[in-house]
Amino acid sequence: MTAALETFDLCKTFGALKVVDRVSLRLPQGARHALIGPNGAGKTTLVQLLSGVLRADSGRILLAGADITTSSQQRRVKQGLVRTFQVTNLFRGLSVLENVFLAVSERQGASRQMFAAAGRRRDLIERAEAIIEQLGLAGDRHRRISEIAYGQQRLVEIAVALSLDPKVLLLDEPAAGIPSRETSLLLDAVERLPPDIAILMIEHDMHVVRRFAREVSVLVGGRILMTGLPHEVMSSQEVHSVYLGQAGQKRFTAGVPHV
Amino acid sequence: MTARSELLERHSYNPIEALYWLLLIGTFFAFPNYLSIATTVVIMALFALSLDLVLGFAGIVTLGHAAYFGIGAYTAALLASGGWREPIIDAVLAGLASAGLALMIGPALLLLDGLPLIMVTMAVSAILFEAANKASWLTGGDDGLRDFSFLPVFGLFPWSVYGQTSYLYALGWLALLFVLVRRVVSSPFGVALQGIRENRARMRLIGSPVIGHLVRAYTLSAFMAGIAGAVHAQTNKFVSLEVLGIDTSVDVVVMLVLGGIGRLYGALIGAPIYILVKHFAAEWNPYHWMFIIGALLIVAVRFGYGGLLGILGRIEAWFARARGTRKP
Repeated sequence: MTAALETFDLCKTFGALKVVDRVSLRLPQGARHALIGPNGAGKTTLVQLLSGVLRADSGRILLAGADITTSSQQRRVKQGLVRTFQVTNLFRGLSVLENVFLAVSERQGASRQMFAAAGRRRDLIERAEAIIEQLGLAGDRHRRISEIAYGQQRLVEIAVALSLDPKVLLLDEPAAGIPSRETSLLLDAVERLPPDIAILMIEHDMHVVRRFAREVSVLVGGRILMTGLPHEVMSSQEVHSVYLGQAGQKRFTAGVPHV
Repeated sequence: MTARSELLERHSYNPIEALYWLLLIGTFFAFPNYLSIATTVVIMALFALSLDLVLGFAGIVTLGHAAYFGIGAYTAALLASGGWREPIIDAVLAGLASAGLALMIGPALLLLDGLPLIMVTMAVSAILFEAANKASWLTGGDDGLRDFSFLPVFGLFPWSVYGQTSYLYALGWLALLFVLVRRVVSSPFGVALQGIRENRARMRLIGSPVIGHLVRAYTLSAFMAGIAGAVHAQTNKFVSLEVLGIDTSVDVVVMLVLGGIGRLYGALIGAPIYILVKHFAAEWNPYHWMFIIGALLIVAVRFGYGGLLGILGRIEAWFARARGTRKP
């Protein structure tokens, strides 16, 4: 079966620095894949290559079998490859509902309609409200983004992404910068996402990874060090040694249950 | 915090709006001697409304909107001089001429944003001004165009000396295009424009054809500005270079800021305030009327982001709160 998202020998160099080095990943439909790695491993660059912010020097990216290596960001979104942002990137002056409505309207091709009232498009509003409900934001749907907590903003990010009907969803450190109490709400929401969407999560926090991932890849120095089941990866000596020396050791093993 | 989404409720009318239109109609009966200045008010309100569509709703900052007003005015006058004297179709053709230019330069122009966009829009209108000045065989240069006239509106209402026809004709265009703009800003397209104004880069990432949307809004706005220019030519029976001047571009921005940007009625209220204050201040002191306009502008910007409508909105909210706290 064709994978939802597949990369072959993806490379990106900045000057003399190989930031992404022959990365090959495969996400089947419905994947719950986490990408971990120390700071500077090239995780963010990889996301930028996948989402089209940057162009790969060499290698290929296939989305459901179609080559999107040189497609624009907009084109990738239309084809079902959607990302969220490490730092929330929303319409801050608009309400939660309006944010999600914008995405729904764009996805349903309604944004070219110039003469029908948006407020009378019950279909679009109901779809937006259903997604907001799904992420547990219903009570705040009329509040502006600038008025809600950061953790909720992350949820709105995901709501906007979901409105675009993704086949593949890239979650770029969704838990970064939010209190742990809210992290668990966020993960609950991620767990309720439609099972057929393939999700690639870039994440530092091992608690989050353990709860979310069915498969983990470790990126070090731009290369995939290993890919495997979460417990395999987390018990690997090689992976441990990569994180050693960075204060990460404690954080890393924190997610492993006591034997 | 609002209980509902203002953005998605733009299509619903508020009964208080009727008051505004009744005032305009009432002016016709109450001030028969002031119809000439009232007609100017209505035309500038229409022009400011066209600017509001781009500046207020799409966030396109321009200091060159007179280009479209001027093209409309000259097109209308030239068509009439050439023998096409039916006013309504004349105005529509003038609007299309302006829209044509916007559609041509829009795709390149709207890649810009902020200060560069302001400079380029100014440059475009300055070039047009100079071109019109040089092409005096066509435009009459400094002397302007006169000696053209129009057939009665709908074939029924001749252009009277006292300006009744002019006023109602201009008012008709304003009402018609107001309904149009209102529909457009309430539509999913209008919501998308709001998104572009808020965060252009993000709109692109939800797959929105940002430049396409902006070009459409800009073209529609130019069409309206062109019609405003045409009505100006038709009701004054005279067109001079002034319609293309930088003053015209700046005036209309000031009107919009005074009334409130991005609120539809901001344009409709800003134009009468500006023109009436200017008129009466100039009567009071012909040298220092700018001082009064300047003071008003400072008040509007300092105390009322959102112009006069913004101030009214906050007074209303204050009363609502005061009432709320008195209740047990």
